[in-house]
Amino acid sequence: MSQTATMTGSAPVASGEVVEARGPRPKPFFTPRKIIIYSVLVMFSLYYLFPLYVMVVTSLKTMPEIRFGNIFALPQAPNFDAWVKAWTSACTGLTCQGLSPGFWNSVKITIPSTIVSIFIAAVNGYALINWRFKGSEIFFAILIFGSFIPYQVMLYPLVMITREMGIFGSLQAVILIHTVFGMPILTLLFRNYFASLPQELFKAARVDGAGFWRIFFEIMLPMSLPIFVVALILQITGIWNDFLFGVVFAGTQNYPMTVQLNNIVNSAQGTPEYNVNMAATVLTGLVPLTVYFVSGKWFVRGVAAGAVKG
Amino acid sequence: MQHSVSIKDLSLNFGNVKVLEHLNLDIAQGEFIVLLGPSGCGKSTLLNCIAGLLDVSDGQIFIGGKNVTWLEPKDRGIGMVFQSYALYPQMTVERNLSFGLRVAGMPKDEIARRVARAAEILQIQPLLNRKPANLSGGQRQRVAIGRALVRDVDVFLFDEPLSNLDAKLRSDLRVEIKRLHQRLKNTMIYVTHDQIEALTLADRIAIMKNGVIQQLADPHTIYNKPTNLYVAGFIGSPSMNFIAGTVDGTTFTAADGTKIPVGAYDFAAAPAGSLKAVLGVRPEHIFLGEDADDVPYRTTAEIEIVEPMGSETLAWTKVAGIPVTFRCSSDIPLNVGDKVTIGFDIARGSLFNAETENRL
Repeated sequence: MSQTATMTGSAPVASGEVVEARGPRPKPFFTPRKIIIYSVLVMFSLYYLFPLYVMVVTSLKTMPEIRFGNIFALPQAPNFDAWVKAWTSACTGLTCQGLSPGFWNSVKITIPSTIVSIFIAAVNGYALINWRFKGSEIFFAILIFGSFIPYQVMLYPLVMITREMGIFGSLQAVILIHTVFGMPILTLLFRNYFASLPQELFKAARVDGAGFWRIFFEIMLPMSLPIFVVALILQITGIWNDFLFGVVFAGTQNYPMTVQLNNIVNSAQGTPEYNVNMAATVLTGLVPLTVYFVSGKWFVRGVAAGAVKG
Repeated sequence: MQHSVSIKDLSLNFGNVKVLEHLNLDIAQGEFIVLLGPSGCGKSTLLNCIAGLLDVSDGQIFIGGKNVTWLEPKDRGIGMVFQSYALYPQMTVERNLSFGLRVAGMPKDEIARRVARAAEILQIQPLLNRKPANLSGGQRQRVAIGRALVRDVDVFLFDEPLSNLDAKLRSDLRVEIKRLHQRLKNTMIYVTHDQIEALTLADRIAIMKNGVIQQLADPHTIYNKPTNLYVAGFIGSPSMNFIAGTVDGTTFTAADGTKIPVGAYDFAAAPAGSLKAVLGVRPEHIFLGEDADDVPYRTTAEIEIVEPMGSETLAWTKVAGIPVTFRCSSDIPLNVGDKVTIGFDIARGSLFNAETENRL
């Protein structure tokens, strides 16, 4: 008798019932907003990547193939002859040794300039924040002002100064100039970074009896890796890409890669070898490109860290 | 008598801003002094001056009888503990503790001995090989205290050491600092804005406002006989009830005409004639119901708000038209709208000159 009662106990679930909200909210991918964002992003990246594509495919083609004029077409038989020539035997002005001497000159310029400028700027920034002295704010203001003056204005005086120092037309001269011109922006970078570190750490180290250099090397430097990476990227790419100081101060024997690239591309003799030009350009850009790829994450982090506090 | 720390006529200006003005403070050997005040009152600045982290504009600082006004922090015989702990993030706890000793070029076995002793006192032996990032807040603050401990100094400076901790840890570490003081018997100068910390830890409290010490006394005196209106209002939670009016002989007349006999009050100097005054009564010095039978002033009041706090109940009412809070046992059932009899314990109250704000 009681059996019949259970028959009506469970209500059947109606199909098409509205799902009650529970758990994480569903995130559909194809919303108008996302489609717009992604299509804009794709367009912009194509815009930037297309020239690179043209350069790479052209460098892999032979000259007859290039003369057909299909600059967007893939190479019929990709070969690296142009790359080899660009590196070893393209004519850069009077000599025909390719870009390789320029590459090594650039290395010889970039490494010391980067190290010296970063070290001095780090000490500057640290001193400006933690060891304020009378006039330190004015000193900093003057230093920053320096970064607003166009380089060209100072070019001629600098030529005279380096000549008087007896180093004009040498590697030392370029290194000196790069170090000096890196100072404003790098000091600002380090100063802001050190300002963002807790002041109490510095106080604690002073109570512990540590002096200027000890606090710098044992307390501050180990905490400054991100900002050092940022400074490294800025300096390596900046100095590597520099043309003006290289061509003015280095002297013909020490022309950096950028200057030699210019000499290859702008040579007035013979037919322009587009494939060699393209290969040489990509070769020259390879170093900064690698630096960005390897350290992109650090770069963003460091810039953000350096920018927070003024 | 030789003072452990002695501050003579200390002034400090940042440009035109006077942070400390002609400040004098003598601290006895082994004394626990708390500098208490709201933010910006100059208490941390004073501590930084004592530590030697700030140059003073004028005046002198003596530690252990030696004039240290021009000495470097490390030569002053002080150890300091900071609010943010300020542990060196890239060093292990052991290296953090020993950093100062290594800087001083102390022999290795002596360093090891001191670190071991500090670790033992603070119960941090298992943490010695960890980095600060892998420690909890309480452990970090312990290490920070240890860093002051290994220096084997006479004077400990604490700059709001417990402010970054949660409530439970704060009360735990408070007891530990007190225990540490009883064991080491060092002079300790402790900066805080937390009056509970001040009242529980201090031998003497210096209450500061705008770079001036308002009152320097033991916690009992500070609490029961505040020297001026500012101290009276700053110390105590909930704060003291204030009723403005005039005092004439032994009668206090509130603004609305309510007369309160104050004959039981212990005047420092009885005012001559009529004087504008403020009567201050702490919430726990207001009695309820039968307890109020023996006090000189009684009135009937209506309960407006009841705040049960667990161990006690806080009730809001009005006396002489002014909101007044009082404490009572949480066992007494109180409801909004109840008419109750309350009485003021005038003998334990405070009277202030309304003009000078000083205690009468």
